[in-house]
Amino acid sequence: MSRIGLRIAAGAVLAFLYIPIIVIALYAFNAERTQAWPIRQFSTQWFAAALDNPSVRDALGLSIQVGLSATLIALVLGSLAAFAVHRFRFFGRDTISFALVLPIALPGIVTGMALNATINTAGIGFTPFTIVVGHATFCVVVVYNNVIARLRRSSRSIEEASMDLGADTWQTFRHVTFPVIRSALLAGGLLAFALSFDEIIVTTFTAGTQETIPIWILNHLRQANQRPIVNVVAVFLILLSAIPVYLSQRLTRDGGAGPTSR
Amino acid sequence: MTPATPARPGAPAGLRRRLLAVLYRHPRAQLLLLLTPPIGWFGVVYLGSLAILLVAAFWYLDPATSAVVREFSLKNFERLIGEPVYRTVALRTVTIAVLVTLADIVIAFPIAYYMARVAAPRLRSILFMLVLLPLWSSYLVRVYAWRVILAPGGLIDWTVQQLGLPGFSPGISDFSMWLVFSYIWLPYMILPIYTGLERIPNSYFEASADLGARGATTFRRVVLPIVLPALVAGSIFTFSLTLGDYITPTLVSNSQFIGNVIYESQGVSNNVPFAAAFATVPVLIMAVYLLIARRLGAFEAL
Amino acid sequence: MTNRRTAALAAVLALLAAACTGGGATTAPSASAPASAAPSASESAAAESPSAAPSSNLPTSIGPGEGQLNLIIWPGYAEDGSNVKEYDWVHPFQDKTGCQVNLKPANTSDEMVTLMRQGGGTVYDGVSASGDATNRLIANGDVAEINPALIPDWNDIAPFLQSPAHNTVNGKHYGVSHGWGGNLLMYRTDIVKPAPTSWDVVFDPTASKPYQGRITAYDSPIYIADAALYLKAHNPELGITDPYELTQPQFDAAVTLLKQQRPWVGKYWSLYTDEIDNFTNGTTVVGTTWPYQVNTLKASGVAVDAVVPSEGMTGWADTWMMSAKAQHPNCMYLWMGWMVTKEVQAQVAEYFGEAPANPKACEILDKGYGSYGVKDFCTLYRVTDESFYNAISFWKTPLQDCGDGRGQTCVDYSVWTQKWTEIKS
Repeated sequence: MSRIGLRIAAGAVLAFLYIPIIVIALYAFNAERTQAWPIRQFSTQWFAAALDNPSVRDALGLSIQVGLSATLIALVLGSLAAFAVHRFRFFGRDTISFALVLPIALPGIVTGMALNATINTAGIGFTPFTIVVGHATFCVVVVYNNVIARLRRSSRSIEEASMDLGADTWQTFRHVTFPVIRSALLAGGLLAFALSFDEIIVTTFTAGTQETIPIWILNHLRQANQRPIVNVVAVFLILLSAIPVYLSQRLTRDGGAGPTSR
Repeated sequence: MTPATPARPGAPAGLRRRLLAVLYRHPRAQLLLLLTPPIGWFGVVYLGSLAILLVAAFWYLDPATSAVVREFSLKNFERLIGEPVYRTVALRTVTIAVLVTLADIVIAFPIAYYMARVAAPRLRSILFMLVLLPLWSSYLVRVYAWRVILAPGGLIDWTVQQLGLPGFSPGISDFSMWLVFSYIWLPYMILPIYTGLERIPNSYFEASADLGARGATTFRRVVLPIVLPALVAGSIFTFSLTLGDYITPTLVSNSQFIGNVIYESQGVSNNVPFAAAFATVPVLIMAVYLLIARRLGAFEAL
Repeated sequence: MTNRRTAALAAVLALLAAACTGGGATTAPSASAPASAAPSASESAAAESPSAAPSSNLPTSIGPGEGQLNLIIWPGYAEDGSNVKEYDWVHPFQDKTGCQVNLKPANTSDEMVTLMRQGGGTVYDGVSASGDATNRLIANGDVAEINPALIPDWNDIAPFLQSPAHNTVNGKHYGVSHGWGGNLLMYRTDIVKPAPTSWDVVFDPTASKPYQGRITAYDSPIYIADAALYLKAHNPELGITDPYELTQPQFDAAVTLLKQQRPWVGKYWSLYTDEIDNFTNGTTVVGTTWPYQVNTLKASGVAVDAVVPSEGMTGWADTWMMSAKAQHPNCMYLWMGWMVTKEVQAQVAEYFGEAPANPKACEILDKGYGSYGVKDFCTLYRVTDESFYNAISFWKTPLQDCGDGRGQTCVDYSVWTQKWTEIKS
């Protein structure tokens, strides 16, 4: 493939990726409520309106809460599973990676309906806890994948060396193993948080009247007059998310340059 | 990263050390401790819920009272197999899912290749970030943006007319749906392909050239086989996400997808048993797909 | 290093704890439910008590507001000024009663029934139900019998709406009438010429020809009744009397008509904003609508108009109903009383474009209340015209029992639902 052609193709794909984002950004400055094209008047009034809106702040708060909780659970469960699969041979070992990927591989509506049925059967109400449970379930696999990939790239000899020097298992984990997988945990955690933050389908089945940001967006996009504010919120989300994306990039780069990389 | 201070030889071991030592000597116990939380969670929360749903598929809705009758019955499955509409819907969904996957492979490859093999490391990081960033902006807002772009008088129609060409506004159509799906899942295809291509050592290309192969042949016989697992891994996402989605078909098309029928059965007509029965269809399709994908090595490339 | 990490961990755990204990309004049930409301509703509904009169153990006074109210509404039924500034009856209610209103808009009656049953009926306190939902909710014990004495403006409600069959069973009232209207035929005046006067333009192959591919229809199985209504006028040999009570041959004819229409439909709408979007950009140019969309489109300058076609129209008569397991019943009673006052009735009627249940609202409506105002509103909307009311085929749940001499031979709603999926495929 010629360099120029490849460069143009890559540029075209990038443009394709960003057309709607640019359109959203443009409409965030649209003075009118209706989304006619081309935009006739520009205004920044919606930014003030969005900042004033308490339901946005509530939804953002809930999304962050849910995201952090789900990520924490996913970090713990994903790491435990990764260690188990990497370190031991046991019956059903291959099935585990298959089982963990199911929540992401199966349609969200199936996971959502299943959890909804359980919540209704168990008679517990729809609370942020049920949302967290739903999110954690499909977040586990991203942490698992990251950690196990990192474990496969590292060698056990440093752990053995640590224990030869008299450290017990916990000290070895804390001072030797954990720093090795730390970047994988952070990268996996960031990805898990991202998944949870934008999740809509499973969330609609596990939430009652609570609004995470995606649910807030869904409810407000349906009202024609609220669309300008939604566009502002979307722009804000993109700008805000540049930070964790940048962080995860830095970490996967550092994480990959380990002592035993390819 | 300093190692812990070793215990003084001869000192009495603390409770923690004794417990951990016991654990160390019993790998089975370690395994049990490691596995119980994740397996417990998955077993109870996820697989248990799926099982409940599967059981519900064999119940049925009493038409007179609209209440669920918890008796074993094959009514739902008889209806699924007997009425042609569900086959039509399933076939349509799978077809679009395949078309979306193919489109994404074609669109993703150039940029993934550029990022993996041509771009300088600095540019590579920037491109990686740029590809990831759209995933963080709301899925819903992006689909609505496409609705506006594709509508009569929207960005595309307007631009095309400004250029003197006849108007082009796919608007609400299957074409729009295919386009929007391909757009939305694109990063999920770019990233695995990028990772897969990045892993190919430069020496392979040199060796292939030494053996007399031109670019296209190298591509076909060296690159493609190595990157196939990554392609399949990416396709798991594009295929399954398209298969189960009901939001995009509702927003940019007038066609029913598997997801729409399930959603309307459960959310609108409250016929959870039938929704559960129809849900077994995409589950079975994905189970088969995942088994094939595992064979092709996609799980290592996820 | 360790301190920072511990602090971070502590912060995350604190957030986790907050997530588990905090949450929406659905966690703890309120303790101030008037105890008699719930059991009396299920008893009277399920047991079909012989006495055709209101139950004797209904609450006799409204207690203090519980501070929250969760409602399922038709879009446009609970405005808070965020759409059009002067139409706001939610904030004054909140100020007056302290009941914070949380809204869940639904697009079809089916959605409303499903939502009402969530959490065993504890998630939502009330619903603005149309006739095709009300009887299902009553029969299943989902809604509570209410005491009309607790609604201050009850006697101002139009007489034919005080005890209509769709919300009053065996003399027991299950809600407060809100308003009524019809599904009009809307069209783009600049595209659809000449102005249509019949449903032909969406059902007949010749009349619809110029607009095929740009027609719209309501995305709900209840739309089959609109096809039946058309056939009632154009195919009298089928003998259709009630578009909701169809024998198998009548039903099959309606389904065939709709399958013929399917390729001409640009988009079935269930979300009213979808219809607004599609009419604005011309994706759809003619089809059934609620008056709300007509008002909104006209207000934003889109060239539309709507007519009542010659065959008549289907419609909806809506009732505010309270859940049998409402967690905030006092707030719900206060809301039901609020919604039927003439000031609020005037605002809703004008904003949505429907006939108010309380004709006293005409004092305000006929002069015009706000920017959606229309002179002589009540004459235009035939607010007190009982014969016009009776001519509309209001939504009701199709049952196997035809309700007349044909006995149990009619097609029930579950079949309508199944067939609707088939029609749309």
